[in-house]
Amino acid sequence: MSGGVDSAVAAARAREAGHDVTGVHLALSRNPQTFRTGARGCCTLEDSRDARRAADVIGIPFYVWDMAEEFHASVVDDFVGEYAAGRTPNPCLRCNEKIKFEAVLDRAIALGFDAVVTGHHARLGADGLLRRSVDLAKDQSYVLAVLTREQLDRAMFPLGDWTKERVRAEAASRGLAVADKPDSHDICFIADGDTRGFLESRLGSAPGDIVDGRTGETLGTHNGAYGFTVGQRKGLDLRVPAADGRPRYVLSITPVTNTVTVGPREDLEVDTVTATRPIQMNFSEMSDIQVQLRAHGDVVDADVSISDGLVTARLKSPARGVAAGQAIVAYQPDPDGDIVLGSATIAAGTRASAHA
Amino acid sequence: MAYLDHAATTPMLPAALDAYVAAAREVGNPSSLHAAGRNARRLVEESRERVAAALGARPSEVVFTSGGTESDNLAVKGVFWARRTAGPERTAVASSSVEHHAVLDAVDWLGAHEGAEVVSLDVDGSGRVTPETLAAVLGERADRLAVISVQWANNEVGTVQPIAELARLAAAAGVPFHTDAVQAVGQVPVDFAASGASALTLTGHKVGGPVGVGALLLGRDVPCTPLLHGGGQERDVRSGTLDTAGVVAFATAVESAVKTRAEYAARVAALRDVLVAGVREAVPDVIYNGAEGDRLPGNAHFSFPGCEGDALLMLLDAQGVYCSTGSACSAGVAQPSHVLLAMGADDARARSSLRFTLGHDSVEADVDALLAVLPGAVERARRAGAWKTPR
Ligand SMILES: Cc1ncc(COP(=O)(O)O)c(C=O)c1O
Repeated sequence: MSGGVDSAVAAARAREAGHDVTGVHLALSRNPQTFRTGARGCCTLEDSRDARRAADVIGIPFYVWDMAEEFHASVVDDFVGEYAAGRTPNPCLRCNEKIKFEAVLDRAIALGFDAVVTGHHARLGADGLLRRSVDLAKDQSYVLAVLTREQLDRAMFPLGDWTKERVRAEAASRGLAVADKPDSHDICFIADGDTRGFLESRLGSAPGDIVDGRTGETLGTHNGAYGFTVGQRKGLDLRVPAADGRPRYVLSITPVTNTVTVGPREDLEVDTVTATRPIQMNFSEMSDIQVQLRAHGDVVDADVSISDGLVTARLKSPARGVAAGQAIVAYQPDPDGDIVLGSATIAAGTRASAHA
Repeated sequence: MAYLDHAATTPMLPAALDAYVAAAREVGNPSSLHAAGRNARRLVEESRERVAAALGARPSEVVFTSGGTESDNLAVKGVFWARRTAGPERTAVASSSVEHHAVLDAVDWLGAHEGAEVVSLDVDGSGRVTPETLAAVLGERADRLAVISVQWANNEVGTVQPIAELARLAAAAGVPFHTDAVQAVGQVPVDFAASGASALTLTGHKVGGPVGVGALLLGRDVPCTPLLHGGGQERDVRSGTLDTAGVVAFATAVESAVKTRAEYAARVAALRDVLVAGVREAVPDVIYNGAEGDRLPGNAHFSFPGCEGDALLMLLDAQGVYCSTGSACSAGVAQPSHVLLAMGADDARARSSLRFTLGHDSVEADVDALLAVLPGAVERARRAGAWKTPR
């Protein structure tokens, strides 16, 4: 129970379904004051109090579990390490994989519980299939697609068949004070939302060149390649304007040479995505399915094949801003909610018809 | 339900509750000059006399406060300020490493905000400050010490300190000596005059009185700067309208707890010994923390190797057995106890500990309830403990 409205209503619904429910708030920082303050965060003292009050109102026992060490090792350090390696991690996905459905789940099972219930917006029905939420704008199946079969078998997502609006209305009608608490968006362990500053404080500054992807010309310098994400346009601060005067985007990051490669928007387009570490992708070839390449990103029609643990997705229309380290999630379109077929970690995006 | 957390707070005694309700029905500010005010004042002063008589103090030495935390803060900061004002070279404050946070954090605050030199008095493996330890500190810097604070008995492991000896050393060196006796009153003999202490903290809710009322016994000649300024109701060292009903109930509880103490202590210590023997039998590798001899009668404190204390607490809670992991909490997360760490325990042992404390309404059935569910809980907590081992 994060202290937000979703987990509070999820707990209430699980209890109403007849389960013996215990509320758990995760303390993710050894020093809660250093995490984000205000109502937006997921880890502040205030959130812990909100979660406790929600548990009181629902009428369930409540405890705080200290997961600070696990969170640091599995999520924060991984986040920094991935950026250092030129990739763009998704810490929420990692937290689901390693904290909520591993550290918390394992502990809960050992203590005699049967499942972990969360307030994620996704459907997990009796058929065991993970599907998108009915509320497509709030759907979180993308960050849950990392879960294995064993993890899903011990998971419950009671909110998947409700819209966020209905969740808020339900919270209000139950007298849960968190009903109108704003959604959290940013990364909970970066207090001020300044990701680049956070990374710089961990990784130090490492000046390098920004080069043109087509000509190889040096266009400017940067203070650390980790501060950039594929598809990024702002903050490049280039000395040399493009010949055609059009904006330039980050195309790739090369940690070995500490260079950031930029180019025009069309050079961002890829039609083939390769990925590693497939989870739940129990097929060797699937045609006419859909893939999603980042959280809240567009969905693209694709054919996907897997061999030797390497996933290749051939996109039917080009995608932009495909960053290594993000997840590729495969969906089977379905009128009862698109079904998650599995996920993998993006290694690279390429274009068959590369520019000269 | 088995309530084994009396050191956190203990149920009100029926007599104290009755006294509270009766007094709360009356109107009157003890500072008012009319008959209603005089009546309230009489109730307060009678209460002061009863508390003083029960604890070997003079009525004028009883300063009513809002409880243990305020009394500790008043003694530590108030005496520090007054002594430093009188002698600017007195900038050091000494306290044991196993104090309650009400003392510990007040001392740390003086260090951080008043430039005080903070001296920590080490304890031995059972949590005791030896007279030699204090003597050594006094030998080095008695003239720089503004105040010394050592608790009478520890709230976590129940260790009783050699207060009279420590107070004698402090008095010989001319340094005021405060003792936090919150856990001691009603459990072990406490006589303020005989102890030689300059100031003594006690609180209502640990002796069968209400929460939010307590006292600082403060020697007449001990200088103390107020924390709260206002009407100067209590000897000009503490302001705020007195809580007449609370004070009456507090005095009733203190008087009763002290009067029945010997008999209570014998009964509860015997019950505690049954609990300890039962836990040792059920969990053979359990570690019993604290002193065997100089110990509060109702206190039992263990480390359960391989378990997380908070997991055990949750499992016992689910079975209706209430206990505690330690005193300090941050956002509801149990930090490894500073008391156990100070006693030489490592982090794992500190985190694996649980405190069971008995009180005036404890019965054998409470101990039986614990022993019935403890083995299963320990087994589960051990399984869950494995998750925290390094991956
Ligand atoms: C040793 C000790 N000192 C001080 C306190 C604080 O007393 P109170 O709760 O009355 O503020 C407590 C109790 O929590 C205690 O055990």
